Amino acid sequence: MYRSHVLVCGGTGCTSSGSQAIINALETEIKKNGLETEVQVVKTGCFGLCALGPIMIVYPEGTFYSMVKEEDIAEIVSEHLLKGRIVSRLVYDETVADTGIKSLNDTAFYKKQMRVALRNCGVINPECIDEYIGCDGYEALGKVLTTMTPDQVIDTILDSGLRGRGGGGFPTGLKWKLAKGNDADQKYVCCNADEGDPGAFMDRSILEGDPHVVLEAMTIAGYAIGATQGYIYIRAEYPIAVDRLNVAIKQAREYGLLGKNIFGTDFSFDIELRLGAGAFVCGEETALMTSIEGHRGEPRPRPPFPAVKGLFGKPTILNNVETYANIPRIILLGADWFKSIGTEKSKGTKVFALGGKIKNTGLVEIPMGTTLREVVEEIGGGIPNGKKFKAAQTGGPSGGCIPAHLIDTPIDYDNLIAIGSMMGSGGLIVMDEDTCMVDIAKFFLEFTVDESCGKCTPCRIGTKRLLEMLDNITKGKATLEDIDKMEELCYYIKDNSLCGLGQTAPNPVLSTLKFFRDEYVAHVVDKKCPAGVCKDLLSYSIIKDKCFGCGMCAKACPAGAITKTDYVAPGKKLPAYEIDTAKCVKCGACVGTCKFKAIVKE
Amino acid sequence: MDEKKSIPFKGTPEQEEQLLKVIAEGKDVKGALMAIMQKAQDIYGYLPIEVQTIIAREMGIPLQEVYGVATFYAQFSLYPKGEYKISVCLGTACYVKGAGDIFDKLQEKLGIAGGECTPDGKFSLEACRCIGACGLAPVLTVNEDVYGRLTKDDVEGILAKYL
Repeated sequence: MYRSHVLVCGGTGCTSSGSQAIINALETEIKKNGLETEVQVVKTGCFGLCALGPIMIVYPEGTFYSMVKEEDIAEIVSEHLLKGRIVSRLVYDETVADTGIKSLNDTAFYKKQMRVALRNCGVINPECIDEYIGCDGYEALGKVLTTMTPDQVIDTILDSGLRGRGGGGFPTGLKWKLAKGNDADQKYVCCNADEGDPGAFMDRSILEGDPHVVLEAMTIAGYAIGATQGYIYIRAEYPIAVDRLNVAIKQAREYGLLGKNIFGTDFSFDIELRLGAGAFVCGEETALMTSIEGHRGEPRPRPPFPAVKGLFGKPTILNNVETYANIPRIILLGADWFKSIGTEKSKGTKVFALGGKIKNTGLVEIPMGTTLREVVEEIGGGIPNGKKFKAAQTGGPSGGCIPAHLIDTPIDYDNLIAIGSMMGSGGLIVMDEDTCMVDIAKFFLEFTVDESCGKCTPCRIGTKRLLEMLDNITKGKATLEDIDKMEELCYYIKDNSLCGLGQTAPNPVLSTLKFFRDEYVAHVVDKKCPAGVCKDLLSYSIIKDKCFGCGMCAKACPAGAITKTDYVAPGKKLPAYEIDTAKCVKCGACVGTCKFKAIVKE
Repeated sequence: MDEKKSIPFKGTPEQEEQLLKVIAEGKDVKGALMAIMQKAQDIYGYLPIEVQTIIAREMGIPLQEVYGVATFYAQFSLYPKGEYKISVCLGTACYVKGAGDIFDKLQEKLGIAGGECTPDGKFSLEACRCIGACGLAPVLTVNEDVYGRLTKDDVEGILAKYL
């Protein structure tokens, strides 16, 4: 028995900010103080509050240390772990109350969250199957295999109302039912862990923090549809998640929870990993299966749907990581429990990766129906530097923007689609007044053009033309007529592309056109970028009457575009400077050097 | 093939032996081609046409199929990477926080474009899509080292560490 546990986040975010060095330092210091039999260090998955990483929590007190540095460890060990005195200057300030230390669950970031899919992340050691079992792990699988028929399993999932968390929102139970109904000598269960939406990392956090939950759920799915083999298709860019999955699969096999005759029944199921190689289109289900087969990951026309003819031509189901993470809880606590969370048509919770211009960057799990305002202002802690909220982007390159006037929209599948965005896999990027919406649309189109597989013409050529049109707009070379043409092209691409990538590629353009048309018009008619982002439309100038002639700006200019004039402003002693706009490269280096705010960008 | 700065193929017999072993072990697994190519890239650092030819021959499939896979996926590289691989995250979270400026600054400082390698083989530069460290945005990696919460003024200091 240990009297104290120190949980250190070993997710990608905190590992990137140096949590492994923290763990090593902790272990050294603990040994130095002779505490190795009293204090245990546990490397866990993601706590969610990545902005404050590296994070560590000391239990039983629940003291939350944030942005810990290696050199702080000696003090934490000798003061807190040895003498029981909390090092308050290193504690997350939100948890410090007049009465002492507040529980983490009472802080603004965690208070409105509800952790179902992320339940074990940041709590257990993901490389230890016993800790997962200690948190009811594999109990749902046991229940399914020993007391339920496959139909009962499917009915429970159907009844729970669970919908796919990868983006589309298709009812999970229905997918399973369709696959079960097709007889075949072999069927497959696949897991989509090819999280390609830039800015989304919830699936990675689940795999890093709780890999067994995915294995357990896939095995349950295998039993339900009558499959004996599963594949997890995971991005090679997630090395930590790949390692932990490999460890988890090995442990599950050793415990007889994967492989032949699971729980002593005649049901056998095994899982293999397949590494993706960086192709966004492989998140599309038919492309993913083509890629598992070892080919170029190009999508196939549907029908036939994978439930009929999927991987290697056999009936296959494919679910997303987060969808699977909900399954064992639904089995254990029942469909009614799951249905009690969320809105009428969207049940349960959703994990979002909160990023961009927001204070608390990180991972949040909220009940469906929580408003965007609660997510941004309360959980997210608002926009930094006193800037104004402009829009939130959901659904990545397939989604759209939610503008400030719709900030009270309750988040669920249908509401987001109604306002021209989509749930997507859960990236939620916050933008402030410094973000140009035309530039953001262009950013997503550049991504789509890069990632279009080239199989069908509307997507391959259409997105390229769309990007050219956007590029012209950001350079001030377009006309109002071009905006209308661009809109027409968007609908053409949507209606005629083969797969989801192309069908949704124009969404970022359409949704910014819908809510921020005036910004497009400003680029086209006034030749101005209101947010000051599009370089071709910017110009820098010096207000001569404000210039003291110190010459700092001229020294900072890499292009030699700033020179002295003959003009001395009234009340000033030295001649003012000016910018030669023909030489200016618009880097903005001069602006920061001017103490008198005499340089303006417009 | 597009024109990029490259150096001649310098594979060793030891590397080829390793590759043949990987192919022999994997070729009967269903859908093994990608996994074998990933291992081949680990061995050689990239996938030049010479290596693709060996894979095609040993697996008994047309070279065009191997080449098709090699050019489809972003992770496979037909060109050698630098001793220090610099990868700038241009995912959405990093982009809205100014990663584009950092990428431009690196191109300028190194004198190469994204996807290229400096002539001395020291640095290669690429853009990647989200390494998932969005809390540290904007982020870049040099081999396994991660640098976060960057501004474009940090670029020179980071490069200096590897010179």
